[in-house]
Amino acid sequence: MTALPLILTVFVACAVEAVEALTIVLAAGLTREWRSTFQGMAVALIVLAAIVAVLGPTITLLPLTALRLVVGALLAIFGLQWLRKAILRATGHKSLHDEASAYLREVEAAKTAGLSSRGRVHDWYAFTLSFKGVLLEGLEVVFIVITFGANQHNVGAAVIGAAAAVLVVAVTGIAVRAPLARVPENALKFAVGIMLTSFGVFWGAEGAGVSWPGQDAALLVLVPVVALVALCYTVLLRPRPGRSPVAPASEKVVSS
Amino acid sequence: MRRLRSIGAFWYDFVIGDDWRVAVVVVAALALTAVLVHAAQVNAWWLLPVCVFAALGWSLRRAIRS
Repeated sequence: MTALPLILTVFVACAVEAVEALTIVLAAGLTREWRSTFQGMAVALIVLAAIVAVLGPTITLLPLTALRLVVGALLAIFGLQWLRKAILRATGHKSLHDEASAYLREVEAAKTAGLSSRGRVHDWYAFTLSFKGVLLEGLEVVFIVITFGANQHNVGAAVIGAAAAVLVVAVTGIAVRAPLARVPENALKFAVGIMLTSFGVFWGAEGAGVSWPGQDAALLVLVPVVALVALCYTVLLRPRPGRSPVAPASEKVVSS
Repeated sequence: MRRLRSIGAFWYDFVIGDDWRVAVVVVAALALTAVLVHAAQVNAWWLLPVCVFAALGWSLRRAIRS
């Protein structure tokens, strides 16, 4: 497999998470102060880079079969989570993630919080808000970068995809100085869920000892089949006219 | 102890998510695939996709009905 699908998958997944992180960073920066916000963001990015730098080379030391089995299982479980949420949102059974309202919530909270400084950080609230937002959204990206990169023995290409997405979203965010509410987040998550599930199934089964018909070319069939099944579920689960869907109380609306 | 519990809850939510049954089906399907391949010499490449699609449908159905 070439590095292009790897870079594209990581790019799209990372772009979605970067949009969500940007919303939190903008809320902290525009409402509180930019210096502490950037400090929080920078520390979070350093932590994320350290995780990739340590875990990336370590995980590639595992035997390929064991690596594919474990990573495949994790990716399939992770991908199915994304796909499940995306389908529930697309069919109206779960609220769509709304960057504009998420931004307003963060702004309201940031306005009411008191000012306290610690060490070189002038505004501790802005620092922690930015740090937590970037770290938590970034962990999903790190997971994808490490699993995809390790399996392809090309963590560098995965890092390039992630870095490009962060750059594109950051530049766009700075240019518009507002949350990127027009980004079709659910459609992107749907696409990433399909890719994660497909690669997870492919690598997991290989790790279990399966020999796929057509070897790597089986992915060219598996990805469209997963997409088709997901689309079929979306169509089948759409509420019939006259019956409005009710979002289950147990589902978290804001989570990624 | 409280901190450990919240770290555990974070990682559970991060990896397993809203429906643990999906994770159980994936792991069980992989185990069964390994048994079929290594013990019965059956190249069961079809088993995991079928189980994954079934698990997704089951999970969606449960989420909508709950």
